Amino acid sequence: MKLLALVDCDNFYASCERVFRPDLKQTPVVVLSNNDGCVIARSKEAKSMGIKMGVPWFQVKKAYLARGGRVFSSNFALYGDLSKRVMNILEGMVKKIEVYSIDEAFLDLQHIQNSKQAYEFGIYCRSTVHQWVGIPVRIGIAPTKTLTKIASHVAKHTNGGTGVCCLSKQKHIAHILKTLPVNEVWGVGRNLSKQLNQLGTHSAYDLMKMDIGFIRKKFSVVLERTVRELRGEPCIQIQNHIEPKKQIVVSRSFRGKIEGLNALKPLISNFAVRAGEKLRHENQKCSQVSVFISTSRFGKQPQYRGFNSFRFSHPINDTRSILMGANTALDIAFQEGYAYAKAGILLSQFSCPTVIQKSLFETMNQLYALKQDENLMQSVDELNSHQTQIYYASQRPSSLLPIQKRMVSPRYTTNWLELPTAL
Amino acid sequence: MTINYLGSISADDLPATFTKFFLEPVSVGFPSPANDYLESPIDLNQYLIKNGAATFLVRVSGDSMLNANIADQAILIVDRSLKPKHGSIVVASLDGDFVCKRLQLKPRLCLLPENSKYQPIYIQHGQDLDIMGTVTAAINKFE
Repeated sequence: MKLLALVDCDNFYASCERVFRPDLKQTPVVVLSNNDGCVIARSKEAKSMGIKMGVPWFQVKKAYLARGGRVFSSNFALYGDLSKRVMNILEGMVKKIEVYSIDEAFLDLQHIQNSKQAYEFGIYCRSTVHQWVGIPVRIGIAPTKTLTKIASHVAKHTNGGTGVCCLSKQKHIAHILKTLPVNEVWGVGRNLSKQLNQLGTHSAYDLMKMDIGFIRKKFSVVLERTVRELRGEPCIQIQNHIEPKKQIVVSRSFRGKIEGLNALKPLISNFAVRAGEKLRHENQKCSQVSVFISTSRFGKQPQYRGFNSFRFSHPINDTRSILMGANTALDIAFQEGYAYAKAGILLSQFSCPTVIQKSLFETMNQLYALKQDENLMQSVDELNSHQTQIYYASQRPSSLLPIQKRMVSPRYTTNWLELPTAL
Repeated sequence: MTINYLGSISADDLPATFTKFFLEPVSVGFPSPANDYLESPIDLNQYLIKNGAATFLVRVSGDSMLNANIADQAILIVDRSLKPKHGSIVVASLDGDFVCKRLQLKPRLCLLPENSKYQPIYIQHGQDLDIMGTVTAAINKFE
């Protein structure tokens, strides 16, 4: 039987914070989002204190710190480097690997004959990653991707276990699926599980037993694949290559509340400029720029969410066009009289930049101008690659200063000045 | 000089050994006699780091390892994948600090400094000794 493995780092960001702080081994650790807004990672100890994922930091801060918990601002330089190391080790162990996110990877265990060997491989893999990088991982092994997710879930919730779970025997799989609510199945969202519940499908086992034809007709081929995968039939392959991005989002919560169009515009411009850099870095062009703005979800002030898009006649990647589109969209999305707490830019409708769409009336001169624009953007990107030196007139440079993250840990592995020290 | 056009050739059609020859830029002068002996420049990473994924850099603060040629502010190459042995120089975590010392396993577990100004650190029963990794090299910079 062909087996796959899902390697999943435990509470990844929180675990990263502990790699160079062995003294925090038993201490609750949480990591906050950009601008220290919400909790985005929790150690096991913080979870058992009742800190929920995504909770606004100010709501839990007092009680959490009073009980001895430690908090960190996010340190993505560190997390990114440690993630690369983990993936590097895994790449050395198997022929085919799909890095699924910063802390997850699917491995193809084609070199392994049976489930006993697969389990031993899991143990070896886990101890190697822990020894070499200091990050704890759990490993779910099964014949399909959907089942490896469930195996990983089992490995996580089995206390005192080995952190490795191999689901390969039909009887064992059926037993686990019976105890698993259908909304815990990979790819079954909240809405879908509501609909399924109404049909009397409550557990993953119920879902597996549903009629394939009925699923396809009543729901989708996507759910059909999920059902087949639950039955042990591989439908979702391991993908070696990275799919090009389909959209780019730049969004932030503001440090203070922002009122008035004139205060908002320079901030939106900052996002638009950053989005343009990302777009060109990805070698893409977009045909649509959208702007969203919203008030705070917390507090008693009146609430408003605005969203508007600007469409271009042809794909663009010039920051000046993005700025124009963003400003036009913002003018329509904006409503007077609200205190805005968050905003963002979304670029979408991508097409490959090497395909030049010639407009019917384009002359040689215009093509030459296009080439000049490209060169301009390239030069600006180069100049700004280390530190922003060139601003667009509509930007507000002062709000581009690095976010003050008072609780951020050193960049132990990526900065000479912040290396750990030993006495 | 006369040039006879013999037809075009694609580098893909050639055996690997020929490719290099044809892809070289054609210059008018005498070809460099070193071309066939080109090697990549010496790479310190290659010399210092065996297992990149498991290797971390740590800066030394203090002179407790001076006799092992580890000066203040030296950069240590620490390999987490090597099992620390009796006599290895290690980076360990002790009461919330990292220390660089020589590991002694027998007759008693202890961390030895390499400078007579400092005392050996004996690990008490029940005291945690976390070893981060084995020090495989130290870089002392003079200028």
